[in-house]
Amino acid sequence: MNLHEYQAKRLFAAAGIPVPEGDTAATAHEAEAIASRLGGRVAIKAQVLTGGRGKAGGIVLADTPAEARTKASRLLGAELKGLPVRRVLVERAIEIADELYAAFAVDRRAGRMALIISSKGGVDIEETARTEPEAIRRIIVDPFLGLRPYQVTAACAGIGLGRPLWPSMQHILGALYGLARDRDATLAEINPLVVTADSQLLALDAKMTIDDSALFRQPELSALRDPDAETPVERQAREAGISYVRLAGRIGCMVNGAGLAMATMDVIKLFGGEPANFLDIGGGARADRVERALRIILSDANVAAVLINIFGGITRCDEVARGILAALEQVGAALPIVVRLVGTNEAEGRDLLDRARITTARTLTEGARLAVASAMDGAG
Amino acid sequence: MSILVDASTRVLVQGITGREGSFHTRQMLDYGTNIVGGVTPRRGGETVNGLPVFDTVQEATQETGANAAVVLVPAPFAADAVLEAADAGLSLVVCITEGIPLWDTLRVLRYLQGGPTRVLGPNCPGITVPGMAKIGIIPGHIHMPGSVGVVSRSGTLTYEVVWALTQRGLGQSTCLGIGGDPVVGTTFVDALRLFEADDQTEAVVLIGEIGGSAEEEAAQYIAQGMTKPVVALVAGRTAPPGRRMGHAGAIVSGGTGDAASKIAAFQAAGVPVADHPEQVGDLLREVCG
Repeated sequence: MNLHEYQAKRLFAAAGIPVPEGDTAATAHEAEAIASRLGGRVAIKAQVLTGGRGKAGGIVLADTPAEARTKASRLLGAELKGLPVRRVLVERAIEIADELYAAFAVDRRAGRMALIISSKGGVDIEETARTEPEAIRRIIVDPFLGLRPYQVTAACAGIGLGRPLWPSMQHILGALYGLARDRDATLAEINPLVVTADSQLLALDAKMTIDDSALFRQPELSALRDPDAETPVERQAREAGISYVRLAGRIGCMVNGAGLAMATMDVIKLFGGEPANFLDIGGGARADRVERALRIILSDANVAAVLINIFGGITRCDEVARGILAALEQVGAALPIVVRLVGTNEAEGRDLLDRARITTARTLTEGARLAVASAMDGAG
Repeated sequence: MSILVDASTRVLVQGITGREGSFHTRQMLDYGTNIVGGVTPRRGGETVNGLPVFDTVQEATQETGANAAVVLVPAPFAADAVLEAADAGLSLVVCITEGIPLWDTLRVLRYLQGGPTRVLGPNCPGITVPGMAKIGIIPGHIHMPGSVGVVSRSGTLTYEVVWALTQRGLGQSTCLGIGGDPVVGTTFVDALRLFEADDQTEAVVLIGEIGGSAEEEAAQYIAQGMTKPVVALVAGRTAPPGRRMGHAGAIVSGGTGDAASKIAAFQAAGVPVADHPEQVGDLLREVCG
């Protein structure tokens, strides 16, 4: 789960990481009031969960409270990269001398968190990694020792940071690491971490990704979830314990297991179709689950055929087949459905489906071929 | 022989009194696995499937001589269960539980670093030595004994591939899932090393997916140090960037971890990559001559 900039900055401020003075506004009037309280030039930043807000016009400057009002009213209610702008952050504009990058992120190879720091801030770190890898330092952190002062010294020296700023960097990175640890973050990023005209370090932007698996012990963070970050259908799926990602194709897929779901999508593509979604119904395939999953798939008007691929394994296929039939009856789906079942009592399961005139397949490739063909028939 | 599990493996089930724990204990027993007991705090003294239940792993180990454990406890308690098994001196801990907080995994694996305990998972389906034992939740009947080693980041996709191998008469030496989380205790490279050293294994099937660089690291190891033929399958060619595909670790982010780069890495290492699960067996026959 990603936090908004303003949410992450509140955590930063509470942890002692310097951030620009400011506040959030949901109306142009509030934006004007904040600007007039701050005095002077302000930055108005759309609070949407997407990268590249600046380039998309989501960050603007205003010299007067009246201008802040006009510019905030243009952003509020508009869409940025398809996401509605419901809030803006109004902050005192900062005179920038230099832009740096600092983050703690999971290093999957090392199985540790890593400090990633760069002298090139304000740009995508992946871009820097491609064009100027020597500008980046990567320092692995031992979870038992935490971030050590010598590691920060090495980071400061490594990016050529002016020595007077080293104590401030010690403080900021120590606080950022502590925040990531205490809040179960898989990413805590400051980009840019700016050197101001009066030689102070300041977090101009803030990004935090909280581990979804840890939300059970971060109740105040899970309450911050932005309903706009997922579509109503995706939320419905998540709450039902179903992983669902909508794509642009015409063949809906219902699969048990994430890896098999991806492989099923790949096979559909291999045989000339395009998957309409990724959907993992999780363990087992009880009727209520199948029904919910089917409703979610059919909520996509592009879907012309559905491929259900269940590797039952230990699960009895006749039970799965009954679940599918009950769900189909409930939902009343009118489009072609192909079912591929493997597991205990496979023949009985297929028999039940055959009698209900549901197309069945013995293998994944056969199922994908049949689904692609029936989607084309439906289109023609 | 096999890897990680053999005839001397004596298994405890952590979380044996739970719904999943008792069900899969029955399945493992039916397959012939030497399950010697279970652990659930505050339930010591009970029996499940005729097996004794203990309050602690320490006590269970002393009483039963267990040397391995399978963790089937809910995510908030799973990290503790793995640490408890390690502290009791078990040499293999198979962690099936999905949804363990990442920071818990980081600390657990750090604690186990350099010690005698190997962790498989978390978020993995377990390990099967066909005809001998299965630890975890992989259906037993899909296997047949043979000489192909199978290692995978997935669950049901592994079953799909193994089932297809069995139907083509290609038996397996050991099948293991390493887990779908971003950080896991046993990597592809660890498993490949073990298969390379295993007499029974003549070829290896590696089933990867999008996210991270474990496949690229495996390809590098294969190119440098592996004499046995390897065939790969990579799931997620059609996965869009920036979206998590079910598994916590299955995400293409910042232009890294996509299927194309993993497939290219395998091909550069001379590893044929199957287009779909049923093709894996055909490619194996080709590389094995």
